Amino acid sequence: MSERKTGVYLCSGCGIGEAVNMAALEAVAKSEFKLEPKCHALLCGDEGVGLIRADVEGGVNQVVVGACSSRVMADRFAFNTAMTIRADLREKVIWSHPAGDEDTQMLAEDHIRMALSHAPKVKQAEPWVEGNYSQRICVLGAGVTGLSAAKEAAALGHDVLLVERSSELGGHARLGSKRLPHKPPYDAPAENDLADLIKAVEGNSKITVKTNTTVTKTAGMPGKFAVTLSCGAVEDVGAIIIATGYRPYDPSKLGHLGYGASPDVVTNTQFEEMLKAGKPSRKSNGAAVKSVAFIQCAGSRDPNHLNYCSSVCCATSLKQALEVIHADPTANCYVVYSEMRTPGVAEELYRTAQKAGVIFIKGAVKAVDGDLTVHVADELIGENVPLKGLDMVVLATGMVPNSTNPDAAAQEYGQEQLNADIDPEAPIKVAGYCGEAPATVEKRVQAQPPGGSLLNLQYRQGPHLPVLHDGFADSHYICFPYETRRTGIYTCGPVRRPMDWAEAVEDSQGAVMKAIQAVRSASAGAALHPRVGDLSFPKVNLNQCTKCRRCTVECPFGAIDEDEKEYPQFNATRCRRCGTCMGACPVRTISFDNYSVEMLTTQIKAVKIPDEFSGKPRILIIACENDAIPALDMAAIKRHGWSAHVRILSVRCLGSVSLLCISDALSVGYDGVMLMGCKPGDDYQCHFVKGSAMAAERLSKIGETLKSMMLEPERVAQVEVSIADGERIAGVINTFVDQITAIGFNPFKGF
Amino acid sequence: MTDKTSRSRTILVVGGGISGITAAVEAAEAGHDVVLIEKTPTLGGRVARMNRYFPKLCHPTCGLEINYQRIKKSSRIKVFTMSSVAAVKGGPGGYTVTVKTQPRYVKPSCTACGDCAAAATSEVANHHNYGMDKVKSAHLPHTMAFPMRYVIDGSVVGTPEGAAIQAACKIGAVDLDEKESSFELEVGAVVWATGWRPYPASNLTMYRYDDLPDVITNVEMERLASPDGPTGGKIVRPSDHAAPKTVALIQCAGSRDLNHLPYCSRVCCLASLKHAAYVREQMADAQVDIYYIDLRAHDKLESFVQRLKRDPQVGFVKSKPARIEPSGAGGGAVVCGENTLTREVYAKNYDLVVLATGMQPSVIEGDMPAMDKDLDAYGFIFPEGEAISAGVASGPLDVSMSVQSATAAALKAIRVASV
Repeated sequence: MSERKTGVYLCSGCGIGEAVNMAALEAVAKSEFKLEPKCHALLCGDEGVGLIRADVEGGVNQVVVGACSSRVMADRFAFNTAMTIRADLREKVIWSHPAGDEDTQMLAEDHIRMALSHAPKVKQAEPWVEGNYSQRICVLGAGVTGLSAAKEAAALGHDVLLVERSSELGGHARLGSKRLPHKPPYDAPAENDLADLIKAVEGNSKITVKTNTTVTKTAGMPGKFAVTLSCGAVEDVGAIIIATGYRPYDPSKLGHLGYGASPDVVTNTQFEEMLKAGKPSRKSNGAAVKSVAFIQCAGSRDPNHLNYCSSVCCATSLKQALEVIHADPTANCYVVYSEMRTPGVAEELYRTAQKAGVIFIKGAVKAVDGDLTVHVADELIGENVPLKGLDMVVLATGMVPNSTNPDAAAQEYGQEQLNADIDPEAPIKVAGYCGEAPATVEKRVQAQPPGGSLLNLQYRQGPHLPVLHDGFADSHYICFPYETRRTGIYTCGPVRRPMDWAEAVEDSQGAVMKAIQAVRSASAGAALHPRVGDLSFPKVNLNQCTKCRRCTVECPFGAIDEDEKEYPQFNATRCRRCGTCMGACPVRTISFDNYSVEMLTTQIKAVKIPDEFSGKPRILIIACENDAIPALDMAAIKRHGWSAHVRILSVRCLGSVSLLCISDALSVGYDGVMLMGCKPGDDYQCHFVKGSAMAAERLSKIGETLKSMMLEPERVAQVEVSIADGERIAGVINTFVDQITAIGFNPFKGF
Repeated sequence: MTDKTSRSRTILVVGGGISGITAAVEAAEAGHDVVLIEKTPTLGGRVARMNRYFPKLCHPTCGLEINYQRIKKSSRIKVFTMSSVAAVKGGPGGYTVTVKTQPRYVKPSCTACGDCAAAATSEVANHHNYGMDKVKSAHLPHTMAFPMRYVIDGSVVGTPEGAAIQAACKIGAVDLDEKESSFELEVGAVVWATGWRPYPASNLTMYRYDDLPDVITNVEMERLASPDGPTGGKIVRPSDHAAPKTVALIQCAGSRDLNHLPYCSRVCCLASLKHAAYVREQMADAQVDIYYIDLRAHDKLESFVQRLKRDPQVGFVKSKPARIEPSGAGGGAVVCGENTLTREVYAKNYDLVVLATGMQPSVIEGDMPAMDKDLDAYGFIFPEGEAISAGVASGPLDVSMSVQSATAAALKAIRVASV
């Protein structure tokens, strides 16, 4: 960056000028920072922005704006050739504190100090761009999902490598009879049009198909993955789509539903093959099937088997029953169910089945005898009913995601691939801080389904894609369902969650969308979700690194490996820029151009700490910018004020908070420190998955540090705050301030 | 980021709910220009009016905030609020779309300082809270509104109050002379993310929504439970503002019914389970009964059903109630019907009854240009047709599935718009 030229612009609009003394704010910039601020009564207006723009054109390359919250007017204060730093004087000062008050004034002045003090340390981020990038997309699995993904990616101009472990394309659909309805009026089984899809893929010159092939090793990062195939070839790809589908739940575990008791007890997938082959006949004696019972939830929704609902079995049974009746209108079909789940427009198929004479029995199956008598505890009549004279029993077995390769043996983790980060529910063991030797990280048993890893990722954190419980890929599955915890690798189809054909096709399109973004962003050195477009990336000074490995273990996205000398090796395009590595580093040697421990501590230290005779405590709140900061803004919009004794430091994620920030704050005389972040654990709300959990884990170690400083442990706390806590957050702050006031002033004050 | 895939025509996304927002940011982040239009004053759509999402019981604004940040950071997305589509000409690859914009009476220069609201004296129905309370005639749609700009109700135009509001704005951002206007857009693809409306509970005459105050709908329940709702998040029955001790949640209020919505709306079961959780969280002694035909919780959402089933104060009654009657005294309502499992005929009094009304496609309201060939019998824009639909415009979906549908829609739009 050329020589730094900082311009300071203060807005007195929205009542700021009436509530605080602007001249005193200007004086802070002038006397303490030797900067000449420009003041305007409507800085976000055309004239105000024009004033800044003129300076930017005149060479100002850093703009410090003291006005409203950075959550608003971001577009107005964005300049091409200058970076912008915001100091909030509106939401977190005058909207949340009384006008004309001495404490409000001190707060406003401190906000200016925080912004200006760290401004000289913030650099314009320069992206990491090095060597060649591949725009090619690798699709794993060539069932309906994978074939569709390949076709879609190729249609948008990307070369595709389609890898299929079996000898043929098509997956389960190849063996299937008809499809579930997917077009209006949604009321009848639809033709299996897999052949068209296969033809489109085979005829596409942009798609390279590799059958009888698996991936044996995947190294690298988005834009630069090196995928080693079982044939020995090493292929360069930019992003990876996992479309490995599902396997039917192992029916041998369904003895209680009669599987194994008779050859005429089959699974829904086996029955599908029989329907495809023509009119089904009994396996035992070849007789025509005149009477079939379909038993729902065979393995699904059962704590002894699969906890979840496999979503498609109800509709599939209806479809199969209709196919039976279509082939032989005199056939009897029974569906034994606990809840008939035909959501959305699938209700029409249910209606068709009812009209076609399918008999529905609500109840639980108690036993299936060798002669195919099904004993049902019928809920409607309240007694056990034997269903006799059946020719066939079809178990609607559930779907197990192929999050692993069932053909391959599970890999043992090497010492260098400690599986620290697979289980999102368990906090990672973190060693004590402040430079002592790290404790050994225990290898934990993880909840992967049997089988080898699909990609065999050569990542420090292990070869697998992290999964949530039930074996589906971990993601923010409500708002951002495609975001896995391995950047540039996306899942779609039934490996992501149970779904039918039409939905899997749509899902593949979504995953391709993400893969295209991944290859584009990688080659530009830009971050992906949620810090989309961020050009900064973690930089490490290896001279200071103690090889403690906390950064490599704690990264929620497995972005950091270790080199042969055990130094951390950052893979820039895997990084999501949360700063968890920075918060983990005990020697603060990891930083971003625009974000560092030093920038944070500079802001912390910039605040003027009044002496103990003033009666004014100072409490530091370190708040997550994604949820806690917006919640504070919401409180401010509603004018729910909080104590003017707190100073709020906004961070990318609590994961980026180093304990050194906290000990620094206490050593300069803050009386208390509170961390505000998102919900950790199973139903985590942290956008970076583990940030708040990591912060809590680190904080649990701070007691020793506080003790050695002769400080009360109650001076430091972490609270869980959600973005919707605008009504509650002021009270949370004030309660903490009261607690700290009761403890008394920090004895370090003034030293 | 400039390279070959950015050579495409602009993509128009109609509807600024979670699906439209998702389609817009996903397309923009792949290097395409997007115009996002929304007919109300703020983005966020239906999800912005929900308290929490099932099954995590997390807040919709959390994901919306990230999406808004993505819009703010993107130079490729233009947002027009108060705007809807008046006419569409052309076809895939080249559409001419006429967009109609209703007056907001507040210019884009608004800083959201609130001076106009302070000057306003009259009150209007609060759209954010489904009209359950009132707001000043000059108001911020809600605290998470994006864009963060006030809106002024047309009723004050030409009144002394309007003049006072206009005078209160120090920066001249109030313009009561604004008129409905329209403009034309040349776009390569259109994504219909027009969403849904709650099926009108008034149509279910046997459930007496119109005349029994303590019979409310599921979307109203969301607002009652929201910290920024009409009661500050306190669940109360409307008749006397008392905390309900007994609550009935009636499933399939309109859905799976040939006289109303023939399809299953997919989300209502889980929404009601969530409402049971809201009630139980607030009131330790409350009893909640869920009246259902089938409890439909697909995939991992099943764990949410199991969680509620473990609560002894949440009852499950397999029955579609026949009717709701007035309670003898002291508010509430009587739910009447026959239990399908026990064959018992019941008439049970509840303090509060919540109708799980289904989702009906917004295009039903008739303010969209027709796309007859791509509409199914219910008004959903069939996902495999020529028109590109996202989210509930394509069928009854939950939020996660809507995001999935919208991400796919972004891809389809890019394919159509690419030259």
